[in-house]
Amino acid sequence: MARRYLGLAAVIAAAASAATLAVADEVERKGIAAPPGHVFKTIISGYEFRSKETRALQDDDLENPGFLAVERAADAWKKVEGSEGKSCMSCHGDAETSMKGVGAAMPKWDEKLKRPVNLEQRINICRSEQMKAEPWKFKSRELTDMTTFVRYQSHGMPVAVKTDGPMSPWFERGKQIYYTRYGQLDLACESCHERNNGKFMRADFLSQGQTNGFPTYRLRDQRLVPLHERFEGCMFDVRAEPFKPLSDEFLALELYVAWRGIGLPVETPSVRN
Amino acid sequence: MADKPRIKLPKEAAKGEVIQIKTLVSHVMESGQRKDAQGKAIPRKIINKFACEFNGKPVFSCALEPAISANPYVQFDARVDEAGTFKFSWTDDDGTVITAEEKIALKA
Repeated sequence: MARRYLGLAAVIAAAASAATLAVADEVERKGIAAPPGHVFKTIISGYEFRSKETRALQDDDLENPGFLAVERAADAWKKVEGSEGKSCMSCHGDAETSMKGVGAAMPKWDEKLKRPVNLEQRINICRSEQMKAEPWKFKSRELTDMTTFVRYQSHGMPVAVKTDGPMSPWFERGKQIYYTRYGQLDLACESCHERNNGKFMRADFLSQGQTNGFPTYRLRDQRLVPLHERFEGCMFDVRAEPFKPLSDEFLALELYVAWRGIGLPVETPSVRN
Repeated sequence: MADKPRIKLPKEAAKGEVIQIKTLVSHVMESGQRKDAQGKAIPRKIINKFACEFNGKPVFSCALEPAISANPYVQFDARVDEAGTFKFSWTDDDGTVITAEEKIALKA
């Protein structure tokens, strides 16, 4: 009995490694040349690490389920809410023009708050200050839809975050978090996404951990997942206590990781495993 | 759900041409197998039937099962012999029906 299992295991292992090799041979991951002083030589989007079926799903504007959110938020954009009687459109007009490039440059320094804010925070600041409406909860469908919609207006534009001036302490903090080992598994972001990207792990390819496709439609969750939720998931996976979404830590990390993907085209809404 | 289904088919077709129709509808497709944080079963809520008619005649229909993921995507082919309207319907477990229509013309 035991021998039979052993034999079976050997067959499975042989088949699995053959499959891995075949996949690894087949893919040539295209990226963009990194600017001088960058950690990578070539910056590669998570798109390149996915199977061709997943990529096809992202590329087709009709099949890509992320576009359901874009359409929902396009309606929400025009919807008047709050005591000021305003919608997003009242101030910003057509999102297609006014929001072009906005998502690609987030997180961005806010002069009034003296801190960087990301897209989710910016949307909620607008809601509570301009519209006098209830801010949306993080992970709520409304907030993720709107984030996706605004970011989609930068589709194809290069990620262009500013990391100098007042942003530099945040950038350094983010970098520190990126290289710090967390959790019982004692892993840093760097352990997987810098040192081992491209390798096959847990039935999947490790990517460079780029953020250009967020919020991303995850097939596993069957919905759009915002970046900070993904950060939480990664920290949970290494058995650490995750930081809170929209916390200073995650914001610093968001800024730093965005810089690691500088110049990559925004793919929102992307499709990932 | 108030969301509009996404449908793609050509605006016009030659008589007798076989066209491809793609549809995507927003739905949670809750399988009924999952439990919430309190350990209570989340009741099943899925689209259990999809149907398409052309000028009142059935073209395609299928039953959907709980294992189908959220936002079901259905693609099928149809032959167009006359100009007219495709009517699509998605039937929810709770009896609500999401409907949509698309017109198609014959190529001159």
